Amino acid sequence: MREERFYRVLRVIGLAFFTLITAFPLYTVVISSIKPLGDVQSAFHWIPSRITFEPYVQIWSTVPLAHYFINSAIVCVSATVISVIVAILAAYAVSRYRFFGRDPFRLTVLSTQMFPGILFLLPLFIIFVNIDQTFGVHLYGSRVGLIITYLTFSLPLSIWMLVGYFNSIPRELEEAAMVDGSTALGALFRVLIPVSLPGIVAVAVFAFMTAWGEVLFASVLTTNATRTLAIGLRDYASQSNVYWNQLMAAAIVVSIPVVAGFLALQRYLVQGLTAGGVKG
Amino acid sequence: MSERKSEPGARPAVGRRRRWLRPQMFPYLLLVPAVVFELLIHIVPMVFGVVISFLKLTALYIRNWSQAPFVGFENFRIGLNTHGAIGSALVHSFLITLAYTVLVVAGSWGFGVAAALLVNSEFRGRGWFRTLFLIPYTLPIYVAVIAWEFMLQQNTGSINTLLVDDLHILKNPPFWLIGGKAFWSLVMTALWRSWPFAFLLVLAALQNIPQDLYEAAAVDGASRWRQFRSITLPQIRPVSTVVVLVLFLWTFNDFNTPYILFGQSPPSAADLLSLHIYVNSFVDLNFGLGAAMSTLLLIFLFIVSVVYVRLLRVGSEENA
Repeated sequence: MREERFYRVLRVIGLAFFTLITAFPLYTVVISSIKPLGDVQSAFHWIPSRITFEPYVQIWSTVPLAHYFINSAIVCVSATVISVIVAILAAYAVSRYRFFGRDPFRLTVLSTQMFPGILFLLPLFIIFVNIDQTFGVHLYGSRVGLIITYLTFSLPLSIWMLVGYFNSIPRELEEAAMVDGSTALGALFRVLIPVSLPGIVAVAVFAFMTAWGEVLFASVLTTNATRTLAIGLRDYASQSNVYWNQLMAAAIVVSIPVVAGFLALQRYLVQGLTAGGVKG
Repeated sequence: MSERKSEPGARPAVGRRRRWLRPQMFPYLLLVPAVVFELLIHIVPMVFGVVISFLKLTALYIRNWSQAPFVGFENFRIGLNTHGAIGSALVHSFLITLAYTVLVVAGSWGFGVAAALLVNSEFRGRGWFRTLFLIPYTLPIYVAVIAWEFMLQQNTGSINTLLVDDLHILKNPPFWLIGGKAFWSLVMTALWRSWPFAFLLVLAALQNIPQDLYEAAAVDGASRWRQFRSITLPQIRPVSTVVVLVLFLWTFNDFNTPYILFGQSPPSAADLLSLHIYVNSFVDLNFGLGAAMSTLLLIFLFIVSVVYVRLLRVGSEENA
């Protein structure tokens, strides 16, 4: 039983270590978001001289945060919805049918998932600028343009995860429905999709999270009117002043939707991820 | 509905419709949207990117790319010429990125496995630890990096307060975001955000290991360490290979961390490849050269992935 005690001590030390490295930055952010500006502009102190919630009020007027919020929401929700719908159909085909061209398709999806965003950004930027020039269609700097570029990472991710997830669901379920007279499409919508809901939720959350944090495309393809949160948060730093307290408050506000969503859906996410993403 | 009431003359049309609805065509119909999107967002840009890499595409020609002069492999020659300023900077950036990737991936895997083992055993409050450890990964990446940028400030950052004022490890507060230390700032920031991903996946894998394997081993008198080596490690191997590959690709392609920490002019010690290509393309406005660098990066990643997949047989084509 000596060994047992040794492992218990080891566990306490280990958990303390990981708790500290996780909580230290979180504490810095939270505590700085309720400090007066003078406090965050001088040496860091663990305890604020005065607690104030003003930064949470000021963030909305210093920077058009609500506007950026709306832009981010529109772009991320659209990209997520489009990729999940397209991915469900494609993943159903790949998972349930053997057909000519199946493996090249799978391989393309897998490999495009690995390519860096910078690879697509450059050509898409030039294509967008030239479409604007030739046809007068504003993709460059528009939300639609940004949504299209966000599909470059959310679509392969969604297809890949869903194929794995559908594979983990026994096909007898749909076969039973089809014996009862359902069509293949009916079996997809009435049987497979309801059963796969945890996996679909997981895929949607991952696609949304990735889009919500996206910086590269947003840094090149947005204008003042379409700027997302990822780029807009920079505005709290002006040439002469960095409003660190407001920046930290805004960081918390911006994180709430994804962190809360992720933690609430954690159970499904782990399930969806391990069934799909990993055993894929 | 109308095709049901088929008149004799309409026969061939019905036949054609039927052929479309033949079961063999069904999977192709499902794939149409995905294939169209794949073409639009991946295939066309990729081919176009390779085309651009053969052009001297500068700001002058950005609104009319077809006028840009064709220069053959000139951009690649410049990029790979280690005696030239651009080529040597690219090699430097490549090596920095490689070192960064190895450190972040190895660290994330190690932290992830350690934390997963700690949380895997039964004790009160383990759900809280699990949630807490996941938070860094769930934060939008720019929030995580901005938080670190704030912590790493020389005079107002909490890291220097901790190291200099509280622990007295250092005498003078160092600059973390300028000079050689910038590399370590980058590694710390990325590691903080990445390890929970490894933790999440490894923990899920641990929970799938049948408990009787350990019971049998314990009956045979195997120590905890022996059980870890002979049961746990082999059982989490498939997940580990996926985690390492995914983290490798994410970290190697990382743009967010250096861009948010340092903006468009990173210190030389922290000049990661994605940002390097970005600066060459969008700041120096030499799109042809940037495209050539992207193409080289693509070739490198492709080779690494193929070798890795071959070696470890991940991607498991066989169970599909």
